[in-house]
Amino acid sequence: MLEKGATAPDFELNATPDQKIKLKDFKGKNVILAFYPADWSPVCSDQMALYNEMLKYFGKYDAQIFGISVDSVWCHLAFEQDRKLHFPLLADFEPKGKVSKAYGVYNDEVGESKRALFVIDKEGKIAWSYLSPTAVNPGADGILDALEELSKK
Amino acid sequence: MSTLKPTVSETDHIQGGNSASIEIVEFGDYQCPYCGNAYPIVKEIEETFGDQIKFVFRNFPLQEAHQFAFRAALSAESAGLQGKFWEMHDALYENQYRLADDLFEELAETIGLDLEKFKTDSASDAVKEKVENDFESGIRSGVNGTPSFYVNGTKFDGGATDLYQMLKESTE
Repeated sequence: MLEKGATAPDFELNATPDQKIKLKDFKGKNVILAFYPADWSPVCSDQMALYNEMLKYFGKYDAQIFGISVDSVWCHLAFEQDRKLHFPLLADFEPKGKVSKAYGVYNDEVGESKRALFVIDKEGKIAWSYLSPTAVNPGADGILDALEELSKK
Repeated sequence: MSTLKPTVSETDHIQGGNSASIEIVEFGDYQCPYCGNAYPIVKEIEETFGDQIKFVFRNFPLQEAHQFAFRAALSAESAGLQGKFWEMHDALYENQYRLADDLFEELAETIGLDLEKFKTDSASDAVKEKVENDFESGIRSGVNGTPSFYVNGTKFDGGATDLYQMLKESTE
C-alpha cells in the first residue's frame, strides 16, 4: 500500500458511461480516494452514504472525494441513484483492479478493492493513507484530521 | 482508537446519574431502523444500571438517506428548548414506523408542548446549528454509522446488545 510522501499514481477512470476522471486534472485541489469492496452494502453503516453527508465538510478543506471499486459504471450509476450520492464513483473495471493495484490495495483472493483511504495533496503527493479491516467502515475522522493538517501548511 | 470530540458538556442532553462512573454517548438518527431497534435496549440498560450510568444522545441524521431524519432531530432539539427533549426523543423512536410530515406537530401536541413556540424553534438557525454541531462532533469522533456508542469517551465497537452485555460483565 502506498504511504505518505509517495507520488499518487495518475489514473483515468470512468465516472459515468461517457465521463472519464483523470487524477492529474485535480492538481491544485486536495483529493480523497476511498477504495471500497463493492456497491450495495447495507445503508446505515454504508461508508459511501456516510461520505455523502459530509461533502460540505470536505468542501471546507477544498477537497474532492472519489469512491473507487471494481463495479462497472452501470452498477455505480444505479447505486448512486438509489442512494442519492452526490460525488463520483469510479469504475476500476477494465482492466479489472488496475488502479487499486497501483495503490497497493487490491485483494487478489476475492477480486475486489480493499477498504482503503488516501488523502492526496494539491501537488499530487499522498499526505495520508489508511487501510481498514474490510468489515469495518473507517468513518471520516482520519480524513478530516489529514485535511486539517494540510490546511495548516 | 476513536475518541469523543468534544467531550460531554452542559449543551448535551443527559439522562441518569450525574456522578455516574459510566458515561454512554449515542450518536443516533431517528429514522435509522438500527437506532429504532437499539432504543428499547438502551432503555433497558438505563433501567438496569440506574444511577451507575449517565446517558447522552447526540444527533447524527443521515439526511440524504433518510428524508425525515433531519426534521426529527430539529423536533427533538426544539422540544428540548421547552424542557422536553427526552419526551420527544422517546416519542420519535416509538413512532418511527409512521414517520411523516405531519407527525412532528402531532407528537409535540401529545407531549404537551407550546405548539407555536415549537414551530418557530424548529425553523430557527440556532436549533439547526445545534443539530449540525452534533453531526460534526460525530464525524470528528469517528462515527461510521448509526447508532454509534461511546463509553467513557472511547468508541465502543458494537451495537446496543453488545453494550448491554459488556456493562453486565463489567459491573458484576
